[in-house]
Amino acid sequence: MSLLAPADQDKLRESFSTMTSPVRLLFFTQTLGCETCAQTRQILDELPALSDKIAIDEVNFVLEKDRAAGYAIDRVPAVVVLGQDASGETRDSRIRFLGAPAGYEFISLVQAILLVGGRGSSLDESNRQRIAAVTTPTTIQVFTTPT
Amino acid sequence: MAFANPHITATAVEATEFPDLARRYRVTGVPKTVVNETVEILGALPPDAFIEQALGG
Repeated sequence: MSLLAPADQDKLRESFSTMTSPVRLLFFTQTLGCETCAQTRQILDELPALSDKIAIDEVNFVLEKDRAAGYAIDRVPAVVVLGQDASGETRDSRIRFLGAPAGYEFISLVQAILLVGGRGSSLDESNRQRIAAVTTPTTIQVFTTPT
Repeated sequence: MAFANPHITATAVEATEFPDLARRYRVTGVPKTVVNETVEILGALPPDAFIEQALGG
């Protein structure tokens, strides 16, 4: 039973049909002591059904600490959005989601998938240059709520 | 922004699920953006203004 209404599934399927390269979502999760991990899995499971360019790769946060550390993931549920470069190599978009991507966060996740999956940036040239000028490690955290 | 520059990492944090982070970064309203643990932007801004504030320092 899908969480999404049939009309929403159709809309998403249409949006995802524009993707030109595959997107893999690394989903860091744990069984115990994570209230929203199961809900996150349920939400993420909707996506591969809507596009063959989207895959979910579940990572056990407890057993695969090194992998989590490699992506600087220190809590769950967490989703890391991975794309592919022109040569087919995995490319970390460095876009992450902490907490269940429900409500508005689901829309953000869909936008991130489309961005990484080939739509590219919607920023204009001057903003792109501004961003390109950053040469030191920079972290941006955006706090949101589902409603 | 993260997509455009490999030096930048962007994380969307669900504030109600991680009250410790919300407290640490004094999240009193959403969206709230924190850049490098220091720059704070409350509310949604148009791209020009957001990038200016986020990278301004």
